Amino acid sequence: MKFKLLGIAGIIGLSTILSGCGESKTTGIEPKFMTDALFHVMEADRTVYTKLIIGRLAKKEKVIKASEHWKDEKALVLPAQMFRYGAERVAEKTSDFSYSLLSLWPVNAQNKPKTDVEKAGLKFIAENPGENYYADEDLGGQRYFTAIYPDVGVAEACISCHNQHKDSPRTDFKLGEVMGGVVIRLPIKS
Amino acid sequence: MKKITKSWFLSLLLTIGIIVYFSVNLVIEEQEVFAPGDMTHGHHQIEMSCGTCHDAPSGNKPGPVLQNACMTCHATELKVSDDSHPKSKFTDPRNASRVKELDARLCMTCHTEHKLEITNPMGVTVPEDFCFKCHQEIADDRPSHKGMEFISCATSGCHNYHDNRALYEDFLEKHMDEDNNKATAKVKSVSLAKEISILAQYPIDKYPFTTLAATDVDAPITVEYDSKVTEDWSITSHAKAGVNCTACHETKLQSGEVKWINKPGQDNCKSCHTSEVKGFLSGKHGMRLKEGLSAMTPGMALLPMKKSSHSNELSCVSCHSSHTFDVKHAAVESCLNCHNDNHSNAYKKSPHFVAWHNEVNGMEKADTGVSCATCHMPRTETEIGDKLVILSEHNQNMNLRPNDKMLRSVCMDCHGLGFSIDALADKKLIENNFKGLPTVHVESIDLVRNRLLKRKTPKEDSP
Repeated sequence: MKFKLLGIAGIIGLSTILSGCGESKTTGIEPKFMTDALFHVMEADRTVYTKLIIGRLAKKEKVIKASEHWKDEKALVLPAQMFRYGAERVAEKTSDFSYSLLSLWPVNAQNKPKTDVEKAGLKFIAENPGENYYADEDLGGQRYFTAIYPDVGVAEACISCHNQHKDSPRTDFKLGEVMGGVVIRLPIKS
Repeated sequence: MKKITKSWFLSLLLTIGIIVYFSVNLVIEEQEVFAPGDMTHGHHQIEMSCGTCHDAPSGNKPGPVLQNACMTCHATELKVSDDSHPKSKFTDPRNASRVKELDARLCMTCHTEHKLEITNPMGVTVPEDFCFKCHQEIADDRPSHKGMEFISCATSGCHNYHDNRALYEDFLEKHMDEDNNKATAKVKSVSLAKEISILAQYPIDKYPFTTLAATDVDAPITVEYDSKVTEDWSITSHAKAGVNCTACHETKLQSGEVKWINKPGQDNCKSCHTSEVKGFLSGKHGMRLKEGLSAMTPGMALLPMKKSSHSNELSCVSCHSSHTFDVKHAAVESCLNCHNDNHSNAYKKSPHFVAWHNEVNGMEKADTGVSCATCHMPRTETEIGDKLVILSEHNQNMNLRPNDKMLRSVCMDCHGLGFSIDALADKKLIENNFKGLPTVHVESIDLVRNRLLKRKTPKEDSP
């Protein structure tokens, strides 16, 4: 009976929140809710690819190599490339949102932070493990909601590749550390 | 009064004449009279077809150039070349400041047509130091680049804006110690005949893969032809692969009726040679046909052509003479029948021709010779279904501009990377068709070697 009452109260409470206390106004998905959801999908796919494909086939079972030059080497695409190719395909289909993988210590210098929000956000997530960074910014005359999420080294493959890469500005990454950040942008009305 | 009437009448006649002239030009294909300026070598063949690139006209002016029009013809080339600067790089909001400097989302920002007077190599119409706009800090990332002028990025043989497949650092490192001439010099073998059964549209039941003799011809009895035709056909790859007369000469009409045609065109060829015809129609030989214009003739070309060939209309059979379809003839003599520039005319005095001559005359193994087509219509891995088939790329531009596109597809079959880069940067060597050694040296491999040495040499303060 107690559970039943709590359940009814919960439904009423939820209905009240969803209906905006009876006021008639247009509701939509909050930008933060949207970027958080997008990040969960990205992070899950990225971890699955890194652990089940690269970690398993290239590192443990050594069935096939993973290489930055995967086409020439007949090898697996690196996790960071997989992520970037996905972002490029999304960019071909929509401008409703965009995302990229950046770092304070990127292998490719083009992936270091450029905008003020990127600089502040990447610094924040590196200094505050487990936390995200949210801000608004103006780019090219458009207002954006920008969310920056920590990209953590989840497998030995991430750590060893970055620590050994000739273009990596940092060579002391450890498993579980923040190596960079996923930056998601939504254009918003100012 | 009579004099005034006469001059008024003449003026009226002249005005009508001008109106008629321009009106006729508007409706027929010859629209070049409206072109605002000469076009580049890449597009001049189709300058009479404004609608290929421009939106619908507004008043008496063509509409704006459509980005999609560029991509209709060039998207494949960009995709194959692993474009280093894809559009998606510039639609990313974080690059908005760069787009403000150089709107690289649009081809026309850097490639404006009808501006021949300011057009640089590769059809680029922005100042040649454009790399500066985004890569000002390159010397911080690459100290070896300190002091280099931005005008030299794309002109030194080190970098291209789009295609860097043979120029990226790890590739240079991997191939930096190769000999000038490789011991295993050999080009790829064409493999269509081996894979003919994978062509979905090929009627393998009607034309099984079996060798046919002159007595097997299946042309209807009503068709008159010379015995030389049968003789020529019987020694071709077509006869060896079971491709009989009706395979090319019969076409199915919309009504379902099968009709014999005396002179089949590329539409008939493409039922088996889809990729080759697509390449032909995309390249300079066939792009006019693709746009519905009359066939290209050497007389229209900007390159020097032999006068005797000026009126030849280009089609599949203009190079692959009907019935003989001799690919060896098509690979050299067909080209030299028309092309009359120094590079072409020097070919038969070049070491490449010696290798070709030796192969053709059985003195060397197959695929060891170098013909015009070896370099300009290279044998390329082509996806058909889920298989990779080696076919001749009939769009010359896929492999020509910038010329280091040839490095991977051709040169490196026989030569080392460093030697090949230097050779392609040597204009005089290109002109004499590679007779001699390169006298130009591109620094890129030296820079890679130096960087590698620095990486391997422990720093003085290291433990």
